[in-house]
Amino acid sequence: MTAPVHGAPRRRVARPPVARGWAARLRPAVVVALVVLVMGVPLWLVVVTAGKSQGEALSPDLSLPSRWQLWDNLAQVWEQGEVPKAFLGSVLVVAPSVALVLAFGSMASWILARRATRLNAVLYALAISGIVLPPAVVTIVLLLRQLGLAGSPVGMIGVYVGIYLSTVIFFVTGFVRTVPLSLEEAARMDGAGPVRVFFSVILPLLRPVLATATILICLYVWNDVFYAFFVIGGRLDTLPLNLFQVANAGLYLNNWHLIFAYIILMSLPLLVVLAVAQRKIISGITGGAVK
Amino acid sequence: MPTGRQTLTRPARRVPAARPAPRGIARDRTHPMWFLVPAFVILFVFFFLPTLFNFIYAFTDWSSFKSDIRPVGFDNVTALLSDGTLFSALRITVVYAALVALLQNLFGFGLAVLLEKDTWLNRAARLVFVIPVLMSALAVGYLFQALLKPDGSLNDLLSALTGQQVEIAWLGSTTWTLVLAAAIHAWKWMGLSMLIYLAGLKTVPEDVTEAARIDGATGWQAFWAVRFPLLAPAITFNVATALLGSMNGFDIVQALTGGGPARSTEILNIFIYRTFGQGLFAQATTMSLVLFLMVALLAFPVIRVLRKREDIL
Repeated sequence: MTAPVHGAPRRRVARPPVARGWAARLRPAVVVALVVLVMGVPLWLVVVTAGKSQGEALSPDLSLPSRWQLWDNLAQVWEQGEVPKAFLGSVLVVAPSVALVLAFGSMASWILARRATRLNAVLYALAISGIVLPPAVVTIVLLLRQLGLAGSPVGMIGVYVGIYLSTVIFFVTGFVRTVPLSLEEAARMDGAGPVRVFFSVILPLLRPVLATATILICLYVWNDVFYAFFVIGGRLDTLPLNLFQVANAGLYLNNWHLIFAYIILMSLPLLVVLAVAQRKIISGITGGAVK
Repeated sequence: MPTGRQTLTRPARRVPAARPAPRGIARDRTHPMWFLVPAFVILFVFFFLPTLFNFIYAFTDWSSFKSDIRPVGFDNVTALLSDGTLFSALRITVVYAALVALLQNLFGFGLAVLLEKDTWLNRAARLVFVIPVLMSALAVGYLFQALLKPDGSLNDLLSALTGQQVEIAWLGSTTWTLVLAAAIHAWKWMGLSMLIYLAGLKTVPEDVTEAARIDGATGWQAFWAVRFPLLAPAITFNVATALLGSMNGFDIVQALTGGGPARSTEILNIFIYRTFGQGLFAQATTMSLVLFLMVALLAFPVIRVLRKREDIL
């Protein structure tokens, strides 16, 4: 690529001008300053406030606590926010929701991608409309009451699956279309039925797209409070719902140290996952968005 | 993820069938329609049915105060129109969503350009900017409430920098608090936009920029005239998701201001949550229907415009 092309002045191909050199040298400093100001200050505030006593945390500032009592505070919110129960509640809702939305979504996507009938085009459009359209939160409550599912984990799971199926179907259908039909046919020649073809040929090939969907949906469901307020309405503990309770009680009493301790406890699982699987997560999130 | 030409708004082009399409019966055997059933049953029960109910219960007097539900025609709509709530909530939501879409993309794009090179420092910085994406939005709201209090850390920092006492009530303005809330929403999600812009920048082949350079373009020109237009799918995805995410927004604003001061940051979902909590189910449903119609009306033109931009390229 460095060979000069007809008549192109040589200096264009050569090193960038001096001004760029300055910009390049300044860049790391800008990066560090941005990280410290934009991210460092808020995150530092969380950590130091969570380590303070109630008196010191009354008006949260950036100073170090005179005596670190992070562990005491964490232990206190562990009790008060019923963290083990809320953690179990969150897992109880998140795991089945994600599993079902991926399974049902990929099954439907396979057919929608492979059978190009007019009916299926309509069904596809309906299925992905949920990416854009907001769910009807209030009437969902009414419906769940009529079904006897109000306030139950089953109802919550159904609502999450209904909301996020659109996203899964949209991403997976696009992906299935790029999988060559010949792979399926080879299995079919060997006498595999549709269930067998789907689970042993198609599903393994969908791994990258399912990884992206899993990450995004886990994030949304794990952190959701809005739909949980309506559907669960205090009859099941989840981590974000209990944060809301701890914070409402805490704001009243100015217990900032407890609010921030709870935030640390709640964010920790996701941060650990990010630290362990950063490369997979980052490539996973972005895989489907561009191209 | 989908290779080929799929984007959020454009399904991948169908690969033309290599042979004449098998008859319906053969397809039934190889790709049976019952695979669609579980997904569509759930979609129907938990998504379409409640949406249909919206169109019915918005015109009733459903509330927690009495057991029977009777139709009342347009009473809820006229009530919300006459006290100005409907328009103010609509205006606040649209302004909030537009600001979030703008700021989140500016921040995310800036970060992506700044952190494009794969040095260890940039990689670490990218990771730090992803942390808020993983955090609970509620937590982000509380965090900034503490930071922006009149006696909070931001004023302390400013006082230290300027040498005089700064006591700005950041969350006390009926005009600017909404802007701040949008900026905070953008702060939480800018890491995701950054990752998507970074992935978009990576898809631009090296030799395209190289060719531009050889043709005599400066680095600046090569960037804006060659690489930037090729980011169109990433921009579509980011603007669309930011816009829709913020129109459905709730947690950040609820935790930051709870809708105040003087209800100047009360976006539609906060209104719905508040009226639902008061037992005024029909009013909440009416607002939910308004949100549905607004998103439906706004989303499709926005997506069409963005798609057209992609098609020109």
